[in-house]
Amino acid sequence: MTTERMTRVALVGNPNCGKTALFNALTGSRQKVANYPGVTVERKEGSVTTPQGRTFRVLDLPGTYSLRARSPDEEVTRDAILGRIPGEDIPDFLLCVADATNMRLALRLALELRRVGRPMALVLNMFDIARHRGIGIDVERLSAALGLPVVTSVAVRRGGMDGVLGLLDRLAEYPTLNLLAGSPPSETFPRKRESSVSDSEHVTLTSRGRSPLDSRLRGNDTGDWSPPSRDDMSAMQAEADRIIAAAVTLPVKANTVTTRIDAVLLHPVWGILILLGVLFLMFQAVFAWAQPPMEAISWGFDSLSAAVGQALPQGLLRSFICDGLIGGVGAVIVFLPQILILFLFILLLEDFGYMARAAFLMDKIMGGAGLHGRAFIPLISSFACAIPAIMATRVIDNRRDRLSTILIAPFMTCSARIPVYTLIIAAFIPAKQVLGGLQLQGLVMFGLYALGLAGALGSSFALRRVFWRRVPPEPFMLELPDHKKPNARNVLLGLLQRAKAFLRRAGTTITAMMVVIWFLASFPQPPEGAHGPALSHSFAASIGRAIEPVLAPIGFNWQISVALVPGMAAREVAVAALGTVYAIEAGDDTATKLSETLAQQWSLATALALLAWYVFAPQCAATLVTIRRETGSVKWAAFSFAYMIALAYIATFITYRLALALVGG
Amino acid sequence: MPLPFGPSPTPINDGATTPLGMAAKGFRGTIRAVDASACTDKSSLSSGELERRLVEMGFVEGSTVEIKHEGFWGRDPIVVRLNNTTIALHRRAANGILVCPLPREPRTKK
Repeated sequence: MTTERMTRVALVGNPNCGKTALFNALTGSRQKVANYPGVTVERKEGSVTTPQGRTFRVLDLPGTYSLRARSPDEEVTRDAILGRIPGEDIPDFLLCVADATNMRLALRLALELRRVGRPMALVLNMFDIARHRGIGIDVERLSAALGLPVVTSVAVRRGGMDGVLGLLDRLAEYPTLNLLAGSPPSETFPRKRESSVSDSEHVTLTSRGRSPLDSRLRGNDTGDWSPPSRDDMSAMQAEADRIIAAAVTLPVKANTVTTRIDAVLLHPVWGILILLGVLFLMFQAVFAWAQPPMEAISWGFDSLSAAVGQALPQGLLRSFICDGLIGGVGAVIVFLPQILILFLFILLLEDFGYMARAAFLMDKIMGGAGLHGRAFIPLISSFACAIPAIMATRVIDNRRDRLSTILIAPFMTCSARIPVYTLIIAAFIPAKQVLGGLQLQGLVMFGLYALGLAGALGSSFALRRVFWRRVPPEPFMLELPDHKKPNARNVLLGLLQRAKAFLRRAGTTITAMMVVIWFLASFPQPPEGAHGPALSHSFAASIGRAIEPVLAPIGFNWQISVALVPGMAAREVAVAALGTVYAIEAGDDTATKLSETLAQQWSLATALALLAWYVFAPQCAATLVTIRRETGSVKWAAFSFAYMIALAYIATFITYRLALALVGG
Repeated sequence: MPLPFGPSPTPINDGATTPLGMAAKGFRGTIRAVDASACTDKSSLSSGELERRLVEMGFVEGSTVEIKHEGFWGRDPIVVRLNNTTIALHRRAANGILVCPLPREPRTKK
């Protein structure tokens, strides 16, 4: 069985047609998610075993309206269908998935696919909802008019896949049956009585030829395919509309539930207030609800580290395992609750159909900064942490828009900056009231958030001018899917996928980075009888001292320069590193003591300079690794690092010089 | 009728058609043509590409459209009902759709 080549089935369909739900229903947890080489497009493949015991490979292709691909995702769909992806076999069979409640664009796509000439069938998904709404579909007539087998499905219900599974079995059972697309509508299709979910096997098959399955399926030539012209598409849409008029009876009243919900959700005033409410709830959740599990994970890793620490003798091995390995992995895994909560919200909102509506509401504001309406979710989540935010940019379809959002997300003030900000503000900004009752410290904190936001929007604006000057902006055109009740199984599968993706990364690249940083901060060991903390003898200290001349013009002393190296592990680690450099004994009042020491040793200008640095600098290795992973190239991660450093240097320089001029050293 | 963007309006304009992007909320009409030649400029997509995208979203001659919602800022973007689908788009892009008004549906009491 394993040696035999499995028949490969590809799912094609419009965005929002429930294709992913269908894929989940078919393959369950037998899924493999990877990336297509060279592009950041997810490649989702799974396997399905029919009741008759045959196993098929199922490929879930990115949603598209047409094969006239205009985004990298749509190009993948086109190339996969045409067999143009190097190293990938052409799918043996195409399942064009249509939302039965909204078939217009799907039928046009089906007509377009038919012209490719590959074996295919149409799946009418969400057939139960269509029936419930009083949409009458004459499946036979549809099949006859399209010249394609048509089956119905209900992805979210047990047994809802029977039609599709039956089709697959038939496909394997009768290799001589004609499933080839493009055959003219004929009157030889078997007739059935009426359409319903239970007898969801309206497969219409005609026999022709005797060639064995494989050669017939593989031997098809798609080399002469060319994208349809505007008039072709118009004509196909007109044909699709004709077919719908003949085979579908729509209810007199439109979908009233969606209409009523939209009257509120898309209202110019209420809509925006509700959106703000949703954002607030999400921000709260990512920020506050994640706190207890994050503390639990932290505590878990600390305990593990302590337990291992007691078992091992003092020395390098102990330091490596406790600080490098356990500490490093812990520092990353701790973000898992935030990632899960954020994606829970995203998946629910997406399933409910709210994401597209939010994009509509935010379009003007985000558009002003050259961003897509959908970018607001990642950007808001970036206030908690840039890592889940960068992963969340997958909600943006267009690659250019996604890249812009990924590149600016790290500027939003994440929670790891807060310890650094609080330390310096407590040490240098007097706790007094200004401007009639405003806390000066709070005001500075607010200013730092605002500066981050300004940096993000400004960069987006600049990126658009520099990189994509010649490329016209994407016109905003978005289908708003009908509101649907989110499906628990889909949401759980989605969450599981994200968690796996994150943990795999945390387990490999990010851990490796952490170990490197640990190594730099621990080697070489201080010589016998050496003074000062071990850190000041390490490579990190050498690097810090080496870059000190570069950082001196922006007001950084060697202690800061040294602390910045381990601070790459995570922003807040810099606080601990400063403590080490200034030889503060670790304890309950470390922060207070450190704050006092800093207040004596640094000038106000240096303190403000460090704040400015932390607004812009790429002081987070995990973020850079995530950028590399999500953009699919080291180039963009390197670019991100370079431009953030440059921006940080300039901002810090200005801050330091201004502060010196105004208040003196 | 003067158009907000680009050169003078193009053919099909027999006085009865309006660019969809100029219509107010609640407007219902039939699509007469998809022609973006009058509403694109150098900074945006070519008119041919914009037209293909409009067709791709299902805007073809003979379909009925209705403007259901509009944005808060500058009444833009708009949400239109097109046959059985709901689509959000910028007024600027909607100007590539030339429509002929239909009489408003009589309001039914809830």
